[in-house]
Amino acid sequence: MFTDELGQGGNAAGGPDNSAGHHGGAGEDLVQLITPGGERVSHPQYDAWVRDVSDEQLGSLYEDMVVIRRIDTEATALQRQGELGLWPPLLGQEASQIGSARSLRDDDFVFSSYRENGVAYCRGVDLADILKVWRGNASAGWDPYTINMATPQIIIGAQTLHATGYAMGIQNDGADSVAITYFGDGATSEGDVNEAMVFAASFQSPVIFFCQNNHWAISEPVRLQSHIRIADRAAGFGIPGIRVDGNDVLAVMAATREALERARHGGGPTFIEAVTYRMGPHTTADDPTRYRDANELEDWAAKDPIARVRGLLERKGLLTDELEGRVAAKADAVARDMRAGCINMPDPQPLDIFKHVYSTPNSWLDRQEDHYSRYLASFGDPAAANSEEGAR
Amino acid sequence: MTQMTFARAINSGLRKSLENDPKVILMGEDIGTLGGVFRVTDGLQKDFGKHRVVDTPLAESGIMGTAVGLAYRGYRPVVEIQFDGFIYPAFDQIVSQVAKLHYRTQGAVKMPITVRVPFGGGIGSPEHHSESPEAYFTHTSGLRVVSVSNPQDAHTVIQQAIASDDPVLYFEPKRRYHDKGEVDESIDPATALSMEKARVVTEGKDVTLVAYGPLVKTAKDAALAAADEGVSVEVIDLRSLAPVDFATLEASVRKTGRLVITHEAGQSGGLGAEVAASITERCFYHLEAAPVRITGFDVPYPYSKLEMHHLPGLDRILDGVDRALGRPNSLSGLEG
Ligand SMILES: Cc1ncc(C[n+]2csc(CCOP(=O)(O)OP(=O)(O)O)c2C)c(N)n1
Repeated sequence: MFTDELGQGGNAAGGPDNSAGHHGGAGEDLVQLITPGGERVSHPQYDAWVRDVSDEQLGSLYEDMVVIRRIDTEATALQRQGELGLWPPLLGQEASQIGSARSLRDDDFVFSSYRENGVAYCRGVDLADILKVWRGNASAGWDPYTINMATPQIIIGAQTLHATGYAMGIQNDGADSVAITYFGDGATSEGDVNEAMVFAASFQSPVIFFCQNNHWAISEPVRLQSHIRIADRAAGFGIPGIRVDGNDVLAVMAATREALERARHGGGPTFIEAVTYRMGPHTTADDPTRYRDANELEDWAAKDPIARVRGLLERKGLLTDELEGRVAAKADAVARDMRAGCINMPDPQPLDIFKHVYSTPNSWLDRQEDHYSRYLASFGDPAAANSEEGAR
Repeated sequence: MTQMTFARAINSGLRKSLENDPKVILMGEDIGTLGGVFRVTDGLQKDFGKHRVVDTPLAESGIMGTAVGLAYRGYRPVVEIQFDGFIYPAFDQIVSQVAKLHYRTQGAVKMPITVRVPFGGGIGSPEHHSESPEAYFTHTSGLRVVSVSNPQDAHTVIQQAIASDDPVLYFEPKRRYHDKGEVDESIDPATALSMEKARVVTEGKDVTLVAYGPLVKTAKDAALAAADEGVSVEVIDLRSLAPVDFATLEASVRKTGRLVITHEAGQSGGLGAEVAASITERCFYHLEAAPVRITGFDVPYPYSKLEMHHLPGLDRILDGVDRALGRPNSLSGLEG
């Protein structure tokens, strides 16, 4: 019963290797176009999907990955300095996020979890808007329609149903845009994700299920969520599943482009499992040394998604001082702007608490707002009201 | 007596239950190796093994539904819901299955399941991490609902909850996890004050102030501050939210003639409404003023920069005490 048997997983039984730390190794059935050493390898089916990626575009994918790693480091620093309450790092998942998000059109729509800050960057979000939520200044950082991306979902898996419903709407409208939803390996256990796949398959909706299998759901290894390869589950729902090296930006791009094409032409949903690794903690409040082995991290550091593209650029003679300088300057500028945007963010006002609960007036709430404003007015200085210590 | 934190006191209570009854099983996300995100189950898997302290897949309905099956089989599952806001995927299993099975089977099937829910705000978390969903469960027949406010109670009540043959929702005030207090681990939970009883925390004669969970400490502080102004406040820790120990409340209100109740959850349809109505029914002729509710607003739990406005603090409670006493207050001059 329970964990021991699950823990034996596929390995002991001779089944698929699904234990943390072993995914993505050589010889696995993973779509890969760039080796960890930075060598471009050919793939009979997926080469075609990235044939048009020019040297210049490769450089720009590299730039995006460096920039979002920098965003992550800067936000982590802001959290440590007390400017943010919490931050969920994406360190190690840059290729999965950039490779997929850079494949989307502006009229495609993204439904993500809390970790897809790289995707948000690609959608063109103002970085201070990403931070608003983690600073405690708002519960949603942007208007989803301005960047065609819903604000991050914290309830694990809930967004997959939203994406499926949105895709059903696209179908009704006869449009050719696509909804894509991002979630983790842990999320695949939730009912919502499974129900989303049932709906998507039944209606053949244009939705992409993009699972970043980063091997851990806080402290729980992926083998606890799935006894088989996650991508293989999709077949049971009648959805094509593909397992791609999530640390390989070109492979991710190829798989996403294929899925987008299928969806746009009435071919229905695709499930992509991007096999990657969360190199940092779950959030800044987490301590991964309690549950994971340092060796595992080392193994995965050797497959770093950024080092891989650098390797490829180097082999191609494209890694010039000019490129490196330009990328570093961009990362610095973005980090500087984000920090300034964070620190200069205006604080919300007390009565903002009552805003937007309803779109039309509500008598219960109006009364509460009236009473609370009278209460605040009973203090000379509203800021002093209601601290636990009291201000009498 | 040992000084320990709230979290440690629950941990020690869980440990005792695991030791005393081989049918007790802990289940939840991240409760094993990590010891839970709040470390409440720290070290328990190491000592009792993976079959008794189970890291489950990430699926709340799945956790609750399998706990139902285990209870059918004679186990006493203790489920951890990681945060209040994540209990909703499990809601159907709790209200349709856990709460009703005993009734539906005319007593044949017992559901001695304890659901531990870290709840409430004040820790600066993002959305879905600071909710007070207790009224959904107090409204559901078949469930017992408790909330503890200090390490000693946390320690004994968790054992009583696990020993109860009824399902118990055990709400842990997460902003008090690190508060320390004296805990006597030798107290026998079977003879200690029953989890169904409220407790008078601070005696007083002018106003009865009812609180539970995280706000008991705030209420005590408010009583101290009121005493400085010559007002004597009797603070009652409700402890059991379903059923409410009205006898203790009645006795107090008959003495003071005034009632203030405070909770973090929104006001409308909240537990404060139930207490106010029931006390009005029972003590109408002893009341000198209408009962006063000091609660969170009827808004989704706000982002952290505003949570101190939403949460009843000491001053807002004192303003409510003033209202109950007919002293000048922020609503003076308003009718109704
Ligand atoms: C319904 C629900 N249950 C529990 C949580 C608490 N929680 C937040 S993140 C997380 C782990 C998620 O793991 P995974 O889906 O693999 O995504 P990752 O964080 O690795 O990107 C958990 C348990 C939650 N947010 N929502």
